[in-house]
Amino acid sequence: MNTASRANAIVLTVVVIAFAATPFLAEKFYVQFFAKLMIMGILAMSLDLLLGYTGLVSFGHAAFYGAAAYTLALLTPQYQAANFWTSFPLAIGVSALLALVIGFFVVRTHGIYFIMVTLAFAQMLFFLFHDTKIAGGNDGIYIDVRPVAKIGDWQPFNLDNFVHVFYLVLVLFVLMYLLLRVILASPFGRVLVGIKANEARMRSLGFPTFRYKLVAFVIAGAIAGVAGYLSSIQFGVVNPEMMGWHLSGAVMMMVILGGMGTLTGPIIGAAVWMLLELGLQGLPKLGSVDLGKHWQLWMGLFIVLASLLLPNGLLGLGASAIKRLRKPRG
Amino acid sequence: MADPVLATQSLTRHFGGLAAVSNVSLEAHMGQLHAVIGPNGAGKSTLINMLSGDLLPSSGSVTIAGRDVTGLAAHQISRMGVGRSYQKTNVFLAFTAFENCRLAAQSRRKTSMQFFRPAEKLDEVNRAAEEALAAAGLSSRADSLASALSHGEQRQLEIAMTLATRPKLLLLDEPLAGMGAEESASMVALLKKLVETHAILLVEHDMDAVFALADRLTVMVNGQVLASGAPAEIRANAEVQEAYLGESHD
Repeated sequence: MNTASRANAIVLTVVVIAFAATPFLAEKFYVQFFAKLMIMGILAMSLDLLLGYTGLVSFGHAAFYGAAAYTLALLTPQYQAANFWTSFPLAIGVSALLALVIGFFVVRTHGIYFIMVTLAFAQMLFFLFHDTKIAGGNDGIYIDVRPVAKIGDWQPFNLDNFVHVFYLVLVLFVLMYLLLRVILASPFGRVLVGIKANEARMRSLGFPTFRYKLVAFVIAGAIAGVAGYLSSIQFGVVNPEMMGWHLSGAVMMMVILGGMGTLTGPIIGAAVWMLLELGLQGLPKLGSVDLGKHWQLWMGLFIVLASLLLPNGLLGLGASAIKRLRKPRG
Repeated sequence: MADPVLATQSLTRHFGGLAAVSNVSLEAHMGQLHAVIGPNGAGKSTLINMLSGDLLPSSGSVTIAGRDVTGLAAHQISRMGVGRSYQKTNVFLAFTAFENCRLAAQSRRKTSMQFFRPAEKLDEVNRAAEEALAAAGLSSRADSLASALSHGEQRQLEIAMTLATRPKLLLLDEPLAGMGAEESASMVALLKKLVETHAILLVEHDMDAVFALADRLTVMVNGQVLASGAPAEIRANAEVQEAYLGESHD
C-alpha cells in the first residue's frame, strides 16, 4: 500500500467511526440527514463507476435508484410489511435487470448520444409513474409499514427504528465502497479504465468492449438500487421524482464536484452538496428577499464557480495542496 | 513455401465514390517482412485498418492463418494472433509502461470478467508484460508513466503492447514516424529481431529503413497496387521510379 492509499484508508476509517457515533450525539433529524448523505454517497459512487472509470456519462442514473424504491413499494401489501430478506435482493435485481435492458441499447452509443439516450430512457420511466395511476401516480406512494427483517422468530434489526436504519445504511455504505474498490482492482476494473482512456485501442488489443461496458452499467445500476431501496425505507415514501432528471443531474454534479475517477471524490461531493443544500435553505430573510427560498440560485452560483476553479474536483484541490506542501521538502 | 499467415484477395474499400483501396491482393509469411509503401493518400492506412478489423472491406477477403476473417470485429481479429500498432502513438498515457503491457497481456486470458481478484496478482499476465517490455528494449522504463516517455520510447511501448498479446502477425503502421536518426536505428534493429519470430506487414515512409528490412515490397498508388516483388525488382522498376521513388529522392 502506498502512502496515498494508506492516508486514504485512515481518513475513511476515521470518517466511518465518526459517522457511527452520530446516533449517540445528534438528534433524529441529523441522524436521518447523515443516513441520507451516505445513501447519496452510495448513489454517487455507483455513477462514478460509469462516469469516472468507464467514461460513460450517464444522465439517467436516477432510474435505477427509483426502480428499486418502486419495487419495494409494489411489493409492500397495504397495511402490512414486506419481508426485508426477499424485497431487498428483489429490488436490487429489478434495478440490475432494468440496467441490463437499457444498457443493451444505450451502451452502443457514444458521447453526446449516450447522454441523450440515458436521459430519454430515464424520463420514459419517470413519466410512466408520473402519468399513470401506478403506485399513486405523480403523488407517489407511502410505505406505511416498513419491511420486517425477521429470521425465524429472531429480528436482528427493526426498520421502524431510525437508529437501526442508520446503521443498516452505514454497513451497506462501507460494503458498497469496499465492493467497488475490489472490482476496480480486478482484471474487469482494469479493462474499464482502459476503455475510458481509449476504447478503440482496447478493441484492437482484443477486448470485446461492449460487454464490459454493459456489465459495468448493470453493476452501477444494481448499486444505485441499493441506494434507492435504503432511501425508501428511511423516508417511507416513493415518488416519481426519485427517477427524474433533477436527481440524475444532482448526482452527476456530486461526482464531478468531489472528483471523478476516485471513490472518495463522489462521497465528498455528496456530502458537500447536501450540506450546502441544507445550509442554503436555512439562509435568513434579508429585508424583503428570502435568501433561503432562492437557495437554488446560490447553488447554481456555487456550481459555476466550482467548475471554473476546480477542474479536478474538491479531491483534486486537496491533492494539489498536499503536493504543494510537500514540494519544499523533497 | 509455407501457407501465408496473412493473405488478402482483391481487397477493396470505397468511401462514397472514392475507391481508397481497390483490388489489393498480398501475402505475409512467417519470418518475413512485407513492406507497403506509397505516397500519402495511396490507401495504406485504409488497407491496414481493413486487416485489423477497424474498417469493413467493401469487397474482397482477408485470410489469417488459413481462416477467412473478413467482416470480423477488431477484437476478434486481435485474438486470432494479430497485433497492430498505430501511426499516431496510441498508448495509455496515464498508465506506466508496465501497466500498458499488462493490460495488453490481460487480453489473452479467456476472459477478463473477473471481479474479485486483484489484476496485479495475475502471474502469467505479469510475466508476459515483462517479456514484452524486454523484447522491445524498455525494461528499464517499466515503472515510468507512458506520458513521461520520449517520443521514441512511446513508439517502442506501442510495439511492446502488441507483443504482449503474443501475436503471430504484426501490422505496423509507420513505427518510425517522427523519430530521430538514433531512435530509427534502434527501431530498425528491433524490427529485424522481431521478424525472425513473426510475420510482419509494415507500412512506412522511411525508404532507407524499408529497403534495409523488407523481404518483399508492395507499392501502392491511388489505392491500387502498382508493383509487388523483391526489393531489388522494385528498385529497378521504371514505373515505380517514375511514380514514386523518383519524387522522394529529389
